Amino acid sequence: MSVAGTKSIETEAPQASPGALLAFWNNPIGKKALMSLTGIILSLYVFAHLLGNMQIYVGAEAINGYAHLLHKNLALLWTARVVLLAAVLVHALAGVQLYLNKANTRPVQYAERVNIISTTASRTMIWSGVLIFAFVIYHVLDLTVGVAHAGPYEDVMPYQNVLSGFRFLPAAIAYVVAMVGVGFHLWHGLYSLFQSLGMSHPRYTPMVQKGAAIVGTLVALANISVPIAVLTGLLR
Amino acid sequence: MRLTLEIWRQKNGSDPGRFVTYEVEANEHMSFLEMLDVLNQGLIAKGEEPVAFDNDCREGICGMCGFLIDGQAHGPNHPGTVCQLHMRFFHDGQKLRLEPWRAAAFPIVKDLVVNRSALDRIIAAGGYNSVRTGSAPEANAILINKNDSDQAMEAAACIGCGACVAACPNAAAALFTGAKITQLSLLPQGQPERYIRVINMAGQHESEGFGHCTSIGECQAVCPAGIKIEVIARMNKDFIRASLKRRETTPPATISKSGSPYA
Repeated sequence: MSVAGTKSIETEAPQASPGALLAFWNNPIGKKALMSLTGIILSLYVFAHLLGNMQIYVGAEAINGYAHLLHKNLALLWTARVVLLAAVLVHALAGVQLYLNKANTRPVQYAERVNIISTTASRTMIWSGVLIFAFVIYHVLDLTVGVAHAGPYEDVMPYQNVLSGFRFLPAAIAYVVAMVGVGFHLWHGLYSLFQSLGMSHPRYTPMVQKGAAIVGTLVALANISVPIAVLTGLLR
Repeated sequence: MRLTLEIWRQKNGSDPGRFVTYEVEANEHMSFLEMLDVLNQGLIAKGEEPVAFDNDCREGICGMCGFLIDGQAHGPNHPGTVCQLHMRFFHDGQKLRLEPWRAAAFPIVKDLVVNRSALDRIIAAGGYNSVRTGSAPEANAILINKNDSDQAMEAAACIGCGACVAACPNAAAALFTGAKITQLSLLPQGQPERYIRVINMAGQHESEGFGHCTSIGECQAVCPAGIKIEVIARMNKDFIRASLKRRETTPPATISKSGSPYA
């Protein structure tokens, strides 16, 4: 129905409901919220993993004992692995889908567009993400399964495996490069997850932004210290 | 001052378009649009087609003007619209490149003019908000927290120019939509339809072909109204809350491009 001289607003007939979860997934805001939640799981794992790694400086008994502790309860170990795998899949699928949509949202590119305030880390999330994804596959094959290991692989003996692995220079370099990627990803991700979940405050957000950069850098440096320590002979 | 301008010329939506170089004599007191007026007068005198660009108030408050100057939405002076950008920000002999907003949701009409009706449809998708009719109510009948009213007012400063979309690497209108949602979700008058509004506006945003927000902040750097990405966080929060709370199972009602007055 339209009033003379005006045109009514027609809405498209709503189709059958896609279901609440699918509707949430189909909207970029929902997708980013799910990326944030899975990102929280994955970054908590990164912190826990780092704390585990640092025991290498305590000694062989400490880190090997820790590895045995983790492998003691297979049900718990596999629960953790399944949760992490599910988180990775949701996070990566959402990220890749959103990235691929970029070609549709701006089909004709600018001759020139200047970035004014964004960080390099924030503009390269897809590439640091792809790097981390490839690294995780290599890392599992190297130090969990052992098939991609450079030296002799010993089951659940991380101290010996780390030492024999990192004496092979290309492996050490691959780990360093991947950790730079992790640092960059955390740099923006740890801040962005608050924004995507709807948390922003003029007092706390700048702190979160700085904190994310610091934590990302520290995580990367601490992890990078291990191959460096092996190559320089600090760990032997 | 003498300037060399590389301007995007495109006859209509089906023309592929190209950059054309022009020389123009301007003075530093002109606004950027007045400098383009001078260029166009010259083109008309020569019998050439003048450069089409959107403009209306030339006071920086209507949101009609805007294009990229050397890769920055609204030019190098932020915050501000291109009509409020004066030639004193440039120097003699400078070469500038003028490019329209580029986004799938903003089809080019001609040269530097794009169709921003997609933004109107996002607002229309928000629907009505319930207000008491009759004689004007007493101004302070509804009490509003000062912080909330200030924030709502800041969000309402959005003029819908589209610079946020232009500056976003994903061509998202998240800053615009976030501002429109924030201005109502903070006020008591906006509460009755608050959650259905965010579902419908975010749905319209998506169906218009805008991209997603990656929180990089380029939009707030070019926003002439100084809107901050905090409004996007508020939209995200309302969207997540609405998605969890809503009882209706119908998908968002989107407004069609052809069947609305906002074509």
